[in-house]
Amino acid sequence: MHKLLPASLALALATPYCALAESPSDLATLRQEINSMRAAYEARLEALETRLKAAEAAAANSATVPGATAAPAAAVVASAPPPPAPLTSGGGANAFNPAISLILSGLYTSTSRDPEHFAISGFQLPTDAEVGPGTRGLSLAETELGISANIDPWWRGSTAIALHPDNEVSVEEAYVQTTSLGHGASLKAGRFFSGIGYLNQQHAHSWDFVDNPLAYQAMLGTQFGDDGVQLTWLAPIDQYLELGAEVGRGRSFPGTDTSRNGAGMVALTAHTGGDIGASHSWRAGLSVLHARAKDQELDAMDTAGNSVTNAFSGKTRVWVADAVWKWAPNGNATRTSFKLQGEYLRSTRDGDLVYDVDNVASAADYRAVQSGWYLQGIYQFMPGWRVGLRTEQLDPGSSRFGANAAALDLGNYRPRKNTLMFDYNPSEFSRVRLQFARDRSREGVTDNQFFIQYQMSLGAHGAHGY
Amino acid sequence: MMIRNALIALLAAPLALLAGPADAALRVFACEPEWGALAQELGGNLVEVSVATGALQDPHQIQAKPSLIARARNADLVVCTGAELEIGWLPILLQQSGNAKVQPGQPGNFAAADYVRKLDVPGQLDRSQGDVHAAGNPHIQTDPRNIAQVATALGTRLQQVDPAHAGEYARRQADFAQRWQQAIARWSAQAAPLKGAPVVSQHKAFTYLYDWLGLKEVAVLEPKPGVEPTASHLQGVLSALKGTPVRMVIHAAYQDSRASEWLNTNAGVPAVKLPFTVGGSEGAKDLFGLFDDTVARLLAAGGKQ
Repeated sequence: MHKLLPASLALALATPYCALAESPSDLATLRQEINSMRAAYEARLEALETRLKAAEAAAANSATVPGATAAPAAAVVASAPPPPAPLTSGGGANAFNPAISLILSGLYTSTSRDPEHFAISGFQLPTDAEVGPGTRGLSLAETELGISANIDPWWRGSTAIALHPDNEVSVEEAYVQTTSLGHGASLKAGRFFSGIGYLNQQHAHSWDFVDNPLAYQAMLGTQFGDDGVQLTWLAPIDQYLELGAEVGRGRSFPGTDTSRNGAGMVALTAHTGGDIGASHSWRAGLSVLHARAKDQELDAMDTAGNSVTNAFSGKTRVWVADAVWKWAPNGNATRTSFKLQGEYLRSTRDGDLVYDVDNVASAADYRAVQSGWYLQGIYQFMPGWRVGLRTEQLDPGSSRFGANAAALDLGNYRPRKNTLMFDYNPSEFSRVRLQFARDRSREGVTDNQFFIQYQMSLGAHGAHGY
Repeated sequence: MMIRNALIALLAAPLALLAGPADAALRVFACEPEWGALAQELGGNLVEVSVATGALQDPHQIQAKPSLIARARNADLVVCTGAELEIGWLPILLQQSGNAKVQPGQPGNFAAADYVRKLDVPGQLDRSQGDVHAAGNPHIQTDPRNIAQVATALGTRLQQVDPAHAGEYARRQADFAQRWQQAIARWSAQAAPLKGAPVVSQHKAFTYLYDWLGLKEVAVLEPKPGVEPTASHLQGVLSALKGTPVRMVIHAAYQDSRASEWLNTNAGVPAVKLPFTVGGSEGAKDLFGLFDDTVARLLAAGGKQ
């Protein structure tokens, strides 16, 4: 480099003379001139290098001079600031643009039964519930636009906007969160997925299967999100222990969006976890969600076999116990890894139910205690390739319908489903998945479901949550 | 305010008892083993160092697991590489830690790569080029001269966050700087026969090492950074090597050695496993051991023409 520079400079300067240089003596003079120029440049470069080294040594010495107080240390920092990181975005007004990410996803779905008639036997689901395998054939899945950035020294903001294939837009999450409360505390306000359970907080693109477990579909409206406030606190101990409390309006199932001044939802969460050696890690928790509903329309089947719409008003309490265990040799999940996770949900609904709101409209006391669980394992057998198995079952439990007991009965059929998943991740940002499920959610009906799915993310780097 | 503090104290008191007696040491959370080792060199008994990842883990592919969140929550100083090496897990870890002291921009947040000259800075940012880092190659610890620069900055930072012991930090730093400069001179002299040696690397993890010792990277086994070597790409490397023989193929301890071994078998090129960081080999017990072992392994495989 050092030799090249003077040589090329000399060459560039010499070029115009070449045409004029005709006699051998002229050429010799030129050669001499070029040589002397090269020598001069090399000498100057050497001098510069020496000066640079001296300056570096001086800086190192001044930094290593013992400083008894913080003041000289601060002075050193001020006099020798770190080289500024290059701005990756354009300067000016755009330099403060937030991190933007986009999730693109699409599906091919094939089911042996028409998804129009999907139901979970023994579970009354809201009329607008997004349950079951969705639409058949090729379809676009949800497109998610994520935007996040620090707001000021005290707050951070984040939003996830879902663009639905039917050209509708919904706000999945939009919240502000404190960054500087300290003491392990963090306050979140806005719309967010509740911290209950393990899977509830995860966005669809980080699920290990195409769909959420039946227990989530039947008891939490697939995924419980609400408008409210969340306070979490991490205990100041070496063991991970996080406690959380949430208050919200209860706008979605099992609550309803009702005009009231008070809270429609209260949730409490506790999670703990840690490592066992270098290769194992785990997390387990217990959460409870309280939600209030008023005139919540539910699809049901009466004892005569008719599809009816009932209306529930009252309180719902859902307990969620969750556990996840991960293994990777020496903690290095690049080649092989295994993840086992399971959750148990138990829902108690207490209030009154109007049977067949459109025709009979008879109101009576109602109480139902229902439960469900799933267990799944995901094994990465080589870089990028994973296989997963999920098994799950629901229990319609016990129910009381009071005066409506003759017309309504949740039965004792236990819906169940087994799912096999196989995916290939060419990089951290892309995934193609095959999934086959044998779904027996409806009594006497077996639905064979087959999916091909892609999920890709572009823009800001996604977070490796646990 | 008083009431709030009292409340927090009341809540925390029984838990603090569980954690054992209060320790006055400065709690340093290091993302990678090399910075843990450096903090230990510079802090001695004044610091209590906890290292988030091991030498056998890929520092790109870590999850914000519960044990790390708990440790980040209690840290006084977080020492990481920066330059987006931990982009996937450090931001979410710090968010979940609820620890105001270690957030980016605070004195308790130290990114080593801010203090060195970075190589491989991409001219164009596009993920079609693989897992590229906008700020440049983040594996700065493979050049001891970088360690020296980071040590100066980290020593200063320790004085800043723990001013009560500033004198001791300064003394330890001066001592380390002197020993380190001598060691660099020794390693550089030992490694002189390696100057100009053509090598193949499995991942672009050794750019700074090559810059220091003057090794020439002729080929990389990963087709794109972070992309697993494919059979066709390996064949391509193999046929390219027919024309330009190389002295060795290098991979880091945390990487799968199969691609390097394949080249070893098919091209007869010695495969060299480098510790990459402290703890990556028997010899790499501390920072000095890391480079003693690195230089020894390079010389053993490629010291002779």
